[in-house]
Amino acid sequence: MDAPAALSPPTRRRTPRALFAAAALGPLLVLLPLALTFWRALSFGLADAAELIFRPLVGELLVNTLSITVSATLACAVLGTAVAWLVERTDVPGRRAWALLAAAPLAMPAFVTSYAWVSLSLDLQDFLGAFIVITTAYFPLVYLPVAAALRGLDPALEESARALGCNRWAVFLRVVLPQLRPALLGSMLLVALGVLSEFGAFTLLRFRTFTTEIYAEYRTSFDGGGASLLACVLILLCLVCLVLEFRVRGRARYERVDRGTRRASVRHALGRWRWPVAAGFVALNVATLGVPLAMIGYWLTQPGAAAITPADVSPELLVSTTFASLRLGLTAAFFTTLLALPLAYLLARYPSRAATFLERTTFIAQGVPSLVIALAIVSLAVRALEPLYQGTTLLITAYAILFLPLALVSVRAALMQAQQRLEETARALGLGWFATLRRVVLPLAGPGLGAAASMVFISVVTELNATLLLSPIGTHTLATQVWTDTATLAFAAAAPYAALLTALSLAASGLLFAFAGRSALAGHAPAGTPPDAN
Amino acid sequence: MSTLRISGLQKAFDGHPVLHGIDLAVRSGSLVALLGPSGSGKTTLLRVLCGFERADAGTVEIDGRRVAGDGLHLPTERRHIGYVPQEGALFPHLSVAENIVFGLPRAQRRAHHRVAELLELVGLPESYATRAPQQLSGGQQQRVALARALAPSPGLVMLDEPFSSLDAALRVETREAVARALAAAGATAVLVTHDQAEALSLGHEVAVLWRGRLLQSAPPQTLYRRPATRELAAFIGEAVLLPGTVENGRAHCVLGALPIQQGLNPADGAVDVMLRPEQIDVLPETAQRDGALDAIVREITFQGQDAALTLQLIDASATVRARVPGYRTPRTGERVRLAVGGEVSVYPR
Repeated sequence: MDAPAALSPPTRRRTPRALFAAAALGPLLVLLPLALTFWRALSFGLADAAELIFRPLVGELLVNTLSITVSATLACAVLGTAVAWLVERTDVPGRRAWALLAAAPLAMPAFVTSYAWVSLSLDLQDFLGAFIVITTAYFPLVYLPVAAALRGLDPALEESARALGCNRWAVFLRVVLPQLRPALLGSMLLVALGVLSEFGAFTLLRFRTFTTEIYAEYRTSFDGGGASLLACVLILLCLVCLVLEFRVRGRARYERVDRGTRRASVRHALGRWRWPVAAGFVALNVATLGVPLAMIGYWLTQPGAAAITPADVSPELLVSTTFASLRLGLTAAFFTTLLALPLAYLLARYPSRAATFLERTTFIAQGVPSLVIALAIVSLAVRALEPLYQGTTLLITAYAILFLPLALVSVRAALMQAQQRLEETARALGLGWFATLRRVVLPLAGPGLGAAASMVFISVVTELNATLLLSPIGTHTLATQVWTDTATLAFAAAAPYAALLTALSLAASGLLFAFAGRSALAGHAPAGTPPDAN
Repeated sequence: MSTLRISGLQKAFDGHPVLHGIDLAVRSGSLVALLGPSGSGKTTLLRVLCGFERADAGTVEIDGRRVAGDGLHLPTERRHIGYVPQEGALFPHLSVAENIVFGLPRAQRRAHHRVAELLELVGLPESYATRAPQQLSGGQQQRVALARALAPSPGLVMLDEPFSSLDAALRVETREAVARALAAAGATAVLVTHDQAEALSLGHEVAVLWRGRLLQSAPPQTLYRRPATRELAAFIGEAVLLPGTVENGRAHCVLGALPIQQGLNPADGAVDVMLRPEQIDVLPETAQRDGALDAIVREITFQGQDAALTLQLIDASATVRARVPGYRTPRTGERVRLAVGGEVSVYPR
């Protein structure tokens, strides 16, 4: 009997100290705000803390936060899986277009979608609006990995089940669904994390959750500890999700028992359901993209006075905010990718327990709401780094902390592509390490690095919390401008910013698509694709 | 045990015909090997029989019951066939035992009905029941896949190149275990393969598909000795083809006047004479045998247990190929004598 094929790990070599130090920089930055938040919370007396936590408001926040998290996560799971199955496994008309459009909401920040729905009708505030906005904004996080899992499924499994007497429904329940479970559970937890951290959409929809309340607390008492205490409760909720996600991801590995070539899967004929299903897709896209784009378009053509709060757009401000967004996005994309490089290289070339530990630490940033990180940095700056406070450096640092996991996934995948033996061949041909890096590694890893930078750029441009809290005085970005104008119900004034923001984000997504094709789209799911635990 | 009858089966993909009117009958309890080079349509034929693909024309009957034809297409799950795909395709989320009982009713699944018996049937220890598929080697996975297919006691089992992903030594071992299990289960089986040795050694009957047509269906020995066409002769093993004529029931060619296979009864005239390299005895130069011919060894391909020789006849300009046991391999340039044993096939020109 032959032994099951095992991948031989790269040979263990001594990790260069300088590389390790450089790699540890990112994870340390991630830990800093977390440690600070806990330390601030600890500075409360026990009685004070109990008094602050066990009050009706916190109970209400907990109910609100949990109910929206659970219901939106379930809705995303059902919607995402249904869309993935219909697009990948049936003959629904226009499935190529639907596949692309189903990923598009990722390029549309939830607070822009909220702006659209709220400006359509103020009745859509509170839970209903939040549910619609969050579900339409987050379902691609489920759709992308589940669709990828469906594509990766060996059709012979389904055929074997059919031959063993299962009908289509039984095949789906007994064979397909269990195979999708890791992708589905993993992505559901990511949705849950996203909803727990969501701030912009909930504020604009006037739906009170932990994040909105933390922000309110911060506005009233500035550097008070109350916000830190609430943040700790939120962090705990997030960490539960994160731990579960790690566990699902760890188990997911066994699902890949693929070898050899495969046929494409057989598509199911929908028969008389073809057109009703296509109509369903049209309705879905009206909700995810149609309404937001149409509302932005509508308000663009309205005079400022038509909105509930009349306000006009100043062209100078429009230009300066656009440049501010671009400048911050590009700077953060560059530095975050740079920060991810040594860690990714360490993981790709010198795998070890220490390296994995650093990686996992980095991924904690996914589980901590950006609002909390931004607050901690504000607090740190006020106490220790006064000269940096309200400077661009701190803002870029916050972005780097927030989006390091995103960059790390792509950068590491890119470096894996530049295989070690190619590097060794180059060295054998007489190239020094720098020449090897320049002539072999970077050209091969280039598209992946570009993809990482584009992802960070998109995330930064559409980021709201850290930007609101840490922007230098007088610096306004497209995102903060949409938020400010919508919060004051000046819908017409917000429209040009929302339009530019959406256009910028979509353009960058197109760039990302060009860099790495369809596979990048799966990685675009912010922190979406499990960086497979090898 | 079931019988299988296929008639006039046609299938095209995007207007490209893949199967042109296949007719084939499989006796109850026998194992038919569907042999063909890649692209010959053999896998498509199996997939049509399984019901994964829909036939364009023609009928398929299992035990006299029509499962496909004239607009009828019985879904796979209602055909009650066993299916062993390439590389096994075990369900990775289920244990070996759960894989085996997958196709049984719920109560029997719970009870792990016949798991031990089926594992023994395919030659695996009972302790494997609790293992995960990933813990098995390729050959073991293939055996579990067969046990899974046999569990619902199908009358007919389809095997799609089940050994192609295994390495040589394992292939022989797994092949024998599968043949034993199929015989013990008494199932009729259709095995798709592109490997001639596998088809000849496993099949009670070998059906050769060539560009979507069924060229010949015959027991292995008949197929090897009397292939229907020249191309088939060269596909199934190695062939020596020589121009010649038929006169008075014997084939005349550079190797002499040779007896023709019984049952062929060709008319007199120009033919191609076909014999197998191992039919040519390579004798020492000094050997005395009636009708032996002198030749020179031109090339040798040594393969261990035997060697393939290219020989040039001295009295004629022709070269022929022959096989000798490895230990009797001559040297290049050596003079030898050739004698032909057995009967030959002829193809009219």
